Amino acid sequence: MNATSMTVARPVEWDRPSRGTVGMFCLIAAESAIFTIFVVAYLFYVGKSLTGPTPKEVLSVPIFYTICLLSSSLTIHLAVRALRRGSVRAFGAWWFATIALGAAFMYGTATEWHRLIYHEGFTISTNLFGTTYYSLVGLHAFHVVVGLTGLSIVMAFTLLGSLTAEHAERVDVLSLYWHFVDAVWVVVFTVVYVIGR
Amino acid sequence: MATDSIAWPRSEGLSRPFVDQLHEWVTTVDHKRLGILYVVYALIFLVVGGIEATIIRIQLIRPHNDFVSPQVFNRMFTMHGTTMIFFVVMPLVFGFANYLVPLMIGARDMAFPRLNAFSFWLTAFGGLLLYFSLVGANGLYGAGNAPDVGWFAYAPLTSRTFSVGHSTDFWTLALLVSGFGSIGTAINIMTTILCMRCPGMSLGKMPLLAWLNLVMAGLVILAVSPLTAAQVMLVIDRYLGGHFFDTQAGGSAVIWMHFFWVFGHPEVYVLVIPAFAFISEIVPVFSRKAMFGYPIMVAATVAIGFVSMSVWAHHMFTVGMSANANTFFVFSTMAIAVPTGIKIFNWLATMWGGKILFKTPMLFAIAFLFQFLIAGLTGIMLGSAPFNWQLSNSYFVVAHFHYVIVGAILFAIFGAFYYWFPKVSGKMYSETLGRWHFWVFLIGFHLTFDFMHVPGLLGMPRRIYTYEPGRGWDTWNLIVTIGVFFQAAGVLVFVYNLLWSYFRGDAAGSDPWDAWTLEWSTSSPPPAYNFSTIPTVRSRRPLWDLKHPEDPDWKYE
Repeated sequence: MNATSMTVARPVEWDRPSRGTVGMFCLIAAESAIFTIFVVAYLFYVGKSLTGPTPKEVLSVPIFYTICLLSSSLTIHLAVRALRRGSVRAFGAWWFATIALGAAFMYGTATEWHRLIYHEGFTISTNLFGTTYYSLVGLHAFHVVVGLTGLSIVMAFTLLGSLTAEHAERVDVLSLYWHFVDAVWVVVFTVVYVIGR
Repeated sequence: MATDSIAWPRSEGLSRPFVDQLHEWVTTVDHKRLGILYVVYALIFLVVGGIEATIIRIQLIRPHNDFVSPQVFNRMFTMHGTTMIFFVVMPLVFGFANYLVPLMIGARDMAFPRLNAFSFWLTAFGGLLLYFSLVGANGLYGAGNAPDVGWFAYAPLTSRTFSVGHSTDFWTLALLVSGFGSIGTAINIMTTILCMRCPGMSLGKMPLLAWLNLVMAGLVILAVSPLTAAQVMLVIDRYLGGHFFDTQAGGSAVIWMHFFWVFGHPEVYVLVIPAFAFISEIVPVFSRKAMFGYPIMVAATVAIGFVSMSVWAHHMFTVGMSANANTFFVFSTMAIAVPTGIKIFNWLATMWGGKILFKTPMLFAIAFLFQFLIAGLTGIMLGSAPFNWQLSNSYFVVAHFHYVIVGAILFAIFGAFYYWFPKVSGKMYSETLGRWHFWVFLIGFHLTFDFMHVPGLLGMPRRIYTYEPGRGWDTWNLIVTIGVFFQAAGVLVFVYNLLWSYFRGDAAGSDPWDAWTLEWSTSSPPPAYNFSTIPTVRSRRPLWDLKHPEDPDWKYE
């Protein structure tokens, strides 16, 4: 018997989900599990440090940079929508705005860490709060950097003129990751700056 | 039936230089070759892990033995556990999934072939990292040092104070690196099954193997990630002066246990669900009947997947959790027996009234049924907290989980080896040697692991280096160790059978078992592109439909 003979006479209507989207959702599920463990550790250790400083003493709420990161979800959505419509120029503009907002967020984290380390003398080994704070916020920052790297590669392709509307689906998959990074920040922000403080 | 009408040209000429062939294997992104690489890699580590087990058992053969030093003994049980779980059974499971899933769902490759190769090499180098500790662990200080903290590496054994040198770091890095590989492969398997099925193969028409591997991949994604997170925390503790598991600074040793077992228990199901998958393919074919209760089987698997995420703390009853937590984990553990029992009855009902062929794969499948049942029953015993308080950390526990991993999982994997060997190699294995392997290994298995329960009940703790004579443990330990040599002999017969049959075996033809799933519709071994035309299916047994056009399955499903 050969495989051809298994083909039935009538064609079958056959619709399956896109590989990129499914793969990205799986990756997001795995990343969510990793973040869950760090969030659980953070919550478990709130108030358990044997020495200072406490979150209240050293943390200030990064409202401006949070607004930057969260609004980048909107700009990346507008970018993908522009690309679907075939407008590469509008895409490039919104995409660049997304990168700028993400970079602004990273600048915010960098200045916060610089202040904590050099002015407050507060490091990852200071106490339990330091350990959980730097690892959870750092894990998120690492994901922002990975996202920014991906976004920048697409930006480079856009500037070189090799990005067209047919890449909209792939770009959309990358945007899913960026939305995830933003959504995780909502959790991290709540845990670190609202509950933990 | 035009079984032999496809004469694929051999995809690799034997005359090509070795370096070229090696280059092809190293750079391959073909799911079949990667599957074979996974399996061969795992078999090498199976021998290594087996040697470690033998060393452990020789040390325990009689009281006051000093075959190895206590330090070496600690390294042996750590390396044995880590190797067998992460570098034998996981790669075996992934290897079979890699090879079989695309063939059985009528696809030409996995969804992400390059990610597939990347994941394999991560796993491979993870294993090498673990064993590099023997050479490099103490770095400049002198001789090397394998990890000796136990395979679940409880804090504070892993802290800088108690684990000087780098042996624990090699353990951590090996699991981190291979963990990324596992997550990559799981993402790939899941995406392949959801997105690459051939026309007509709706989720309800997939072979059970595909369904079970789908659940397995979901569990890997949700279970291996917490392990990765916990390993990152351990690295932070050891290298950056963090305090996650540092009780001196308010950290908690218990939270490591939680994080480890949040991975550790679903991991058991990551390993056993593919074993269920092999049994669910072998039992129907050798009973000459369609699988009994396919939808219930799928539902039971998904139920096991869900429940297995909420039973982890039954590994921690003796730690001193609250009564509420103990109660919850007792009941969730008991609950998992329900879908598992359903599966056993489904396999039995498939065999019931069937025309059973006792070929080697079926022998292993039948042994699996008995042994998995016993393993499950001792699991229920240990799952009840009061019993567990008595026997936790005893040899009873060791006997229980080896009954699962060897008696159920390894037996199913051996069955799968014999069942799909003709497809992968194009050659028929030797049935005589297969039977020798089965019986010798079966005897060895029961000598070792049946009798291992007893010293556990008599109070022998696990991981002890040696013991006093006159506690009633001596004879039991002697029998247990004797069984190991039978098992080793069985594995040697198995490896010999694989090699001999590969070079000298008879041609198997594309469908030696008269089976019903798509992998048997292509040649043996399959061509690089699997199917010249992507098949279209109308039922769960497309080859039955093809062979019996007068009475096809799709009329009844």
